[in-house]
Amino acid sequence: MAFVLAPDIPFDDWLSELDAQSKRSPGFFTGRPVILDLSRLTLAKPDVAGLLAQLQARSIRIIGVEGVDPCWLGPGLAPIPRSGGTASVIEFPKDDGAPEGDITTNTETDETNLLIDWPVRSGQCVSFPQGDITIVGSVASGAEVVAGGSIHIYGTLRGRAIAGSGGDKRARIFCRNLEAELLAIAGLYRTVEEIEPHLRGQPIQAWLDGNVLMMSTQD
Amino acid sequence: MAKVIVVTSGKGGVGKTTTTATLGAALAQTGQNVAVVDFDVGLRNLDLMMGAERRVVYDLINVINGSAKLPQALIRDKRLETLHLLPASQTRDKSALTEKGVARVMKELEEQFDWIICDSPAGIERGAILAMRHADIAVIVTNPEISSVRDSDRIIGMLDAKTQKAEDGGDIEKHLLISRYDPARSARNEMLSIDDVLDILSVPLIGVIPESEEVLRASNLGSPVTMSNPDSAPARAYFDAARRLTGESVPMSIPEERRNLFGKLFGRRAA
Ligand SMILES: Nc1ncnc2c1ncn2[C@@H]1O[C@H](COP(=O)(O)OP(=O)(O)OP(=O)(O)O)[C@@H](O)[C@H]1O
Ligand SMILES: [Mg+2]
Repeated sequence: MAFVLAPDIPFDDWLSELDAQSKRSPGFFTGRPVILDLSRLTLAKPDVAGLLAQLQARSIRIIGVEGVDPCWLGPGLAPIPRSGGTASVIEFPKDDGAPEGDITTNTETDETNLLIDWPVRSGQCVSFPQGDITIVGSVASGAEVVAGGSIHIYGTLRGRAIAGSGGDKRARIFCRNLEAELLAIAGLYRTVEEIEPHLRGQPIQAWLDGNVLMMSTQD
Repeated sequence: MAKVIVVTSGKGGVGKTTTTATLGAALAQTGQNVAVVDFDVGLRNLDLMMGAERRVVYDLINVINGSAKLPQALIRDKRLETLHLLPASQTRDKSALTEKGVARVMKELEEQFDWIICDSPAGIERGAILAMRHADIAVIVTNPEISSVRDSDRIIGMLDAKTQKAEDGGDIEKHLLISRYDPARSARNEMLSIDDVLDILSVPLIGVIPESEEVLRASNLGSPVTMSNPDSAPARAYFDAARRLTGESVPMSIPEERRNLFGKLFGRRAA
């Protein structure tokens, strides 16, 4: 399961505390996916970048960041959205921040289900905070699907699926073929390394049992 | 009606320029009027592959900024009178490539040619977007390896969002060309299989070009392989791909591992 770090300001003090803790229990962060919760702080983009660099220098593997503008994050990081009004398909920002690479398709809808009947390509992010997402097609490595409710993928999931993004523990993830980089429901995560090998390449569902993310094949 | 093709990939060095020149030649060899356009400003290559590097006087940027007329910049191939090249500038800055200017030049090309094939620069930046902007058809060049496939996937997403056709609510026609395919390495699982690539990208296949010395030799000669060695395996694969582009249905032949073939022959002889 992922571990949540919630830094305090000033960062320097917080980082030395972190270092002290790492010293007390060496290897504590080794291989452990960490989510950075910045939702209590008001930060500028360079602060976030600086903090991420500091954590990276300590070999702490941040897989997602909560409470910041998703556009501040590189493609390796999952923004963890809170709530929102409309569904959108957004492109991750490019490194140089130039605007021409952005894809924004607003699908304004009152529905509680967003149907996407094309493959979600690498670099694209489909987000639908107010309900379920159904994808008729595959989700590529480097792509991301974020739903307030459940996620149904009639294809191969190679990227990330984040269900229950607003904290709904009843949300589930279904996919026809599991090759995922990351699965999350209501903030509980599993990355590639934590998915049992026998589930790979299988049709699966994932759900929460208390505070444990469960996965099984669909029969 | 003229058809505009963009040859694109995301990742660099996968065979876009080779493919632009060779598909262009293959189509021109059937008597259709073809212009190949180099969008790789600052890293022009297409003129070399076409053996026209010493004949470049004006280029795409000159036409865009009005310092030359299109007919002055177009270079007719010495061997094939239906094949033309609009070269890129080696010296100018990429920013000289304006959206409006490109639109005007493409329109003018469409009046004269059956096929306009645009060689995209690598990456997902401005140059690549401008190259795909006016395309009806995209040929996505991929090598059977993970990084190339992932970048192609990214480019496909952009084709569906950033082209004029997509913005007008249409569908850009997409074809996958797998290049530098080495059957022996694929058999040893050192490369992705054709099926893996198709499964990941879900775009129809227009051809599989084998990794071949002939392609390298052709580019050194400045003559696309369909002209310099039309009977070679890569030339036949490019001819077939060109026929598929024109809508013909041609059975797909996937390059096989040679050792298998020898093995079979050998086995038969020994028996
Ligand atoms: N089928 C092939 N077999 C062997 N070599 C090949 C093949 N196709 C291309 N090459 C070689 O690979 C190199 C790169 O090819 P090319 O320049 O066409 O790629 P590109 O995608 O245009 O690169 P860039 O992104 O830099 O523009 C060249 O040296 C070319 O000769
Ligand atoms: Mg090139």
